Amino acid sequence: MSERYELKCRECGKSWGNCPKVVCEDCFSPLEIAFDLDTIRKDFTRERITSRPPTLWRYAELLPLPDGYQPSLPSGFTPLVPAPHLGKELGSANLWLKNDAVCFPTLSFKDRVVAVALAQAKRFGFNAVGCSSTGNLANAVAAQAARLGLEAWIFIPADLEAAKVLNTQVYGAHVVPIAGNYDQVNRLCAMVADQHQWGFVNVNLRPYYAEGSKTFGFEIAEQLGWKLPDNVVVPMAGGSLITKIRKAFRELTELGLVEHKDVKFFGAQASGCSPISTAVKAGNVDIDPQKPATIARSLAIGNPADGHYAIEAIFQSGGWAEDVTDNEVVAGIKLLAETEGVFTETAGGVTVSVARKLLQQGYIHPDELTVLAITGNGLKTTDALAGIYDVAEPIAPRLAEFENFLGKILGSAVEEVSR
Amino acid sequence: MNVNILIPSVLRRHTGGQGHLTVTAANLPELVDRLGEAYPDLKHHLRDEAGQLRRFINFYVNDEDIRFLGNHSYTFQEGDEVLIVPSISGGTR
Repeated sequence: MSERYELKCRECGKSWGNCPKVVCEDCFSPLEIAFDLDTIRKDFTRERITSRPPTLWRYAELLPLPDGYQPSLPSGFTPLVPAPHLGKELGSANLWLKNDAVCFPTLSFKDRVVAVALAQAKRFGFNAVGCSSTGNLANAVAAQAARLGLEAWIFIPADLEAAKVLNTQVYGAHVVPIAGNYDQVNRLCAMVADQHQWGFVNVNLRPYYAEGSKTFGFEIAEQLGWKLPDNVVVPMAGGSLITKIRKAFRELTELGLVEHKDVKFFGAQASGCSPISTAVKAGNVDIDPQKPATIARSLAIGNPADGHYAIEAIFQSGGWAEDVTDNEVVAGIKLLAETEGVFTETAGGVTVSVARKLLQQGYIHPDELTVLAITGNGLKTTDALAGIYDVAEPIAPRLAEFENFLGKILGSAVEEVSR
Repeated sequence: MNVNILIPSVLRRHTGGQGHLTVTAANLPELVDRLGEAYPDLKHHLRDEAGQLRRFINFYVNDEDIRFLGNHSYTFQEGDEVLIVPSISGGTR
């Protein structure tokens, strides 16, 4: 290995150096970045890491970045917070939230993967970058491309939430709406990447992009005081994040930065698009594709790229997967907001409600340290809550009117209690 | 049935640079066999050592994932357009 990292086939093991390539040309299996951990073992210490600014770049040695790369955005290092009130509701005495709803700059964990992918896009000489996206990735690519002076081409299903479309256009990106679902958009992007010399972060730059997800896991471990949790519950769309958090824990363990622990990985999906959880529950190692029909559009991938590896991660770790209805998704969003003051998007609602199921079913023990991966912000999917809350008729700005208003509110509260 | 196949660039070094091929086949296993006969290099890229279609190659017929059409049991219609897309959009089998 001439650099400390390079592309390696996940199945046949052949090395491909570093280039914008995602498929092994020998066996057509996916390529992944392999690191030579021995080259960093001596210098990459807890002290060294904690002396750096609180951003995802503090783990630079474990990311596939060009030598001397100077990042321009302080992404990552989002809060890891205990969630006792939510824990009480769900039946866990040791529940934590890793809150990427406030990731910088576009309020989802996709800021992590894009930060790493675009570093390589620059190196490979791409002037235009792009992605197929269910929304969050679109926002992240558009914003960070603007910051780096790259042209951005964003391919999205045409029925995406309005906020996610606006949050892409505002950065001056070219938006290409496709009359089809994400899987069709993704397939088109594979063909466009084949024809045009563009850097698609989740197509020809995918192996680099995917490594950015590891920072979610590095941060959990560091924020727990260099310890691994017992369980992680992760929403699954393409299935990459869950495998990369696992890889992150493994790398920290191999480097001696944390003690070994058998962390269980739990996957969360919406029932209306659940190819991975369906396979897990049936004991299959491969997915059957589905046609998505769920309000959790950021998870609406019926043919998940890393589905097979997500299933493997879940089974090997002793975890499990579950899925929840759209009503449970909305209930999860509300519960998290009401108990912990965190407004997450539909994917977070999926995670919260799946966690409830897993605790009820006994897959997760109440006393074990469990981290929920909250990966996106509720302000982007307000459509999901449309019509749920009544807004009272306005009252005149007079104290008497307010007292009357208050009386009605308290009266109805008393009524509810006495019912 | 005559089926038109679009070959992705990653596979074209095994088809002498051809991006479009037409083969006669009734179903997916037959199509893969015909391709393997015409381009022996391609054979072990499409099937593993056990003869199974490789997990990370997807087949689409007229823009639809063949798994939604019955997969191996789907009978090709005259003029069907078959798209081969490797790995980034998941596995087959």
